[in-house]
Amino acid sequence: MSDDTPDKTANDLSNLTVGGHRSDPEFFERVNSLSGQNVSLCYQCGECTAGCPTAFAMDFKPNQVSRLVQLGMAEEALSCNSIWICVGCETCATRCPKNVDLCAIMDALRQMASKRHVKSPETDVQSFHEVFLSSIRKSGRMHEAGLIAALKLKTGKLTKDIPLGLALLKKGRLNPLPDPVKDKAAVQAIFGEAQTPGEDNGRQ
Amino acid sequence: MSRVGVFVCWCGSNIAKTVDVARAAEAAASMPGVVFATDYKYMCSEPGQNLVKEAIHEHKLDRIVIASCSPRLHEATFQRCIAEAGLNPYMVEMANIREHVSWVHDDREKATEKAIDIIRMLVAKVRRDFPLFQNQIPLTKRALVIGGGIAGIQAALDIADAGYPVTLVERTPSIGGRMAQYDKTFPTLDCAACILTPKMVDCVSHPHIDIRTYAEVEEVSGFVGNFRVAIRQKAKSVDESKCTGCGLCTTKCPVRVNSEFEEDMGQRRAMYVPFPQAVPNIPVIDREHCRLWNDQKCGVCAKVCPTGAVDYEQQDQVTMEEFGAIVVATGFNMWDHRQIGEYGYGQIPDVISGIQLERLMNASGPTEGKIVRPSDGKVPRSVVFVACVGSRDENHGHSYCSKVCCMYTAKHALLLKEKLHDAQMYVFYMDIRANGKGYEEFSRRAIEEYGANYIRGRVSRIYQDGDKVVVKGADTLLGKQVQIEADMVVLATAMEPQPDAKNLARMLGISTDQHNWFSEAHPKLKPVEVLSAGIYLAGACQYPKDIPDTVAQASGAASKVTGLFARPHLRSEPMIATVDQARCVACQLCAGVCPFTAIEIVEIQDAKTKQIRLAAKVNESLCHGCGTCAAGCRGNCIELRGFTDAQVLAQIDALALM
Repeated sequence: MSDDTPDKTANDLSNLTVGGHRSDPEFFERVNSLSGQNVSLCYQCGECTAGCPTAFAMDFKPNQVSRLVQLGMAEEALSCNSIWICVGCETCATRCPKNVDLCAIMDALRQMASKRHVKSPETDVQSFHEVFLSSIRKSGRMHEAGLIAALKLKTGKLTKDIPLGLALLKKGRLNPLPDPVKDKAAVQAIFGEAQTPGEDNGRQ
Repeated sequence: MSRVGVFVCWCGSNIAKTVDVARAAEAAASMPGVVFATDYKYMCSEPGQNLVKEAIHEHKLDRIVIASCSPRLHEATFQRCIAEAGLNPYMVEMANIREHVSWVHDDREKATEKAIDIIRMLVAKVRRDFPLFQNQIPLTKRALVIGGGIAGIQAALDIADAGYPVTLVERTPSIGGRMAQYDKTFPTLDCAACILTPKMVDCVSHPHIDIRTYAEVEEVSGFVGNFRVAIRQKAKSVDESKCTGCGLCTTKCPVRVNSEFEEDMGQRRAMYVPFPQAVPNIPVIDREHCRLWNDQKCGVCAKVCPTGAVDYEQQDQVTMEEFGAIVVATGFNMWDHRQIGEYGYGQIPDVISGIQLERLMNASGPTEGKIVRPSDGKVPRSVVFVACVGSRDENHGHSYCSKVCCMYTAKHALLLKEKLHDAQMYVFYMDIRANGKGYEEFSRRAIEEYGANYIRGRVSRIYQDGDKVVVKGADTLLGKQVQIEADMVVLATAMEPQPDAKNLARMLGISTDQHNWFSEAHPKLKPVEVLSAGIYLAGACQYPKDIPDTVAQASGAASKVTGLFARPHLRSEPMIATVDQARCVACQLCAGVCPFTAIEIVEIQDAKTKQIRLAAKVNESLCHGCGTCAAGCRGNCIELRGFTDAQVLAQIDALALM
């Protein structure tokens, strides 16, 4: 092999149009660096989709999400419901014959969608993610009662699940008061590090 | 008085589960002429064969019926077996109670009856068997290899290395074939010339190899061990004994035509060697384009030649030569993509074929290895490859996979990426078929390390838009249409048989499949043989093959040839037709129906009248014993040894006169 081997996956897609949309030439690289994965390893065998417990509810199946990234289809990849339907169970990542961690890619896409304020088709799921994170940020630990209250306010579904909530309270499963961690500053530091400006600050 | 032994085989449970073998043996014991009958679990096994041999000695048997499987499977086994026991090997008959009975019937009672009937028929026949003897046929230990590509070169070298003389016939002015056109070879990226040219030189310097370039096989007759072949040496217009290969004539020739070797990407002269490393390094005059033949003026080459080697008077010469074996290694042709309207009918200059790209990439090619597009000489920044162009496409007459395109397309994408660092490579494919050693890893490397963008789907349209070539197609993984504005498009076109493959097949008496690829004798167990003995296949004339497979098959063909030549002489099969010339009236019907041209009409002296007259005669080396002539003979004076009328009628009587 000659010395002038090009950079790995110098994957420029600027001349490509898919389904009438221009390919975003940087999207592929951004997802790669944010997720710490090399999406070009994916050879579209479909193992991820085959085993995915939530694929039935997705508009783009897991392998298609990977394909959207391979072709630089930023808009579709960030606005599809699949990235929010994915529960991160890691079945796909465990079984992938090329060792691609698709959950990490889903994670990266969720982060990018949030940063770019892309409206999720799964508003409840997105709301839950936001409420959950703010709960952790406040107390360093999840406070179920507070989380439920905040989620009800955010989604407007105030009366739904009341009998279940009461039952949980009765059994002492729902602590009305928060139980914060001792070292809140450490939690803040973690959040601070994760939220330094720009998208490319995730896993490497 | 004949002493017949009948041996009924169980074939494990294959026969025994449907046929009552003990009852069959018992019934056989009372058939006329039978002195011994038994059954055994595996007749073909060593104890089974010993049982036959012992019975021959003990019961003084002189003819045997084995009631088991098809004679195709084990007739030879039992011929050997009884020969070892001292009988003539042709005194055994096979009663096929497996394929003809147990495998096709369920009713045990009726199956057993049918098995007994078949045994009775063969007992009747075997009583009329008579000893037959093989004849010796002389063997010319010299091989003809047709085609001087890598297959022919490898076969010629292997046969010659075993010490037998080889004549290597190549129709272009140089050996080397397709492989000489390639730049690098997958999956190791060896430079094709670096590994091929040493073999070409080995051929030319080998004491046992006689290279005939610019020559063609015109006629083939004869049979294994004794082929007679007419070889036409086309006039090179150059005296090879005088030419030093200095090349002055080729630089001074004023005529320029498109070079076949450069796949029309470059030009050559009318006086030319196809490529710099050509073997032999002797130019030829392409008389079709030469000015001297077209305008009756010029003669520059003769004027500049320092040794006076140019000879305009030279004529084609046809020689008749004898060979014992023939290796067919005539290779393949590339399908012409200009037939595809949606890809621009070949009218878009920057849409080229894979083999044209090989020449573009090659350091001794028309651009000296610089990758520039044919239309304007610009370096392409975006290249689209299309796999399966014409292959796996019945619409274009090729139902088959051309087998090498997936790999060379990956190689092209990878090599172009090495040469043009920031260029984009797109590959449209249906499946990636990378089933060879290191192949899957290689094609993945093009994607994973070199960033080739593989798109699973077909290309629907290619058209020129300004200085861009627009490629429209589909990504079936997403179910979306895609479009790429490319600078250059490379089509992986289908491999096809040579346009004159059918002619050669007819000349050699070998068969072809529906596409005109040469047919092997058996797809698994006889992959280098053809149905005619003494002729072997090597390389892509049989089916699309890559270089490793081609070389392996060529060595296989060579080993078949050397195996044949290692025998002192050939033996003829005695079960062939014979003519009773005393009764033959030379109507020649037999000669007309013989599929092997084994019947000649000869002059004989009539036994009674002492006059010279015509009669049919069977060439024992050519006769396959098919019996067509015996059936066709009006005077009933041809008989097939081993299947005489007396034998066959006795079989029928045994069944009919029950």
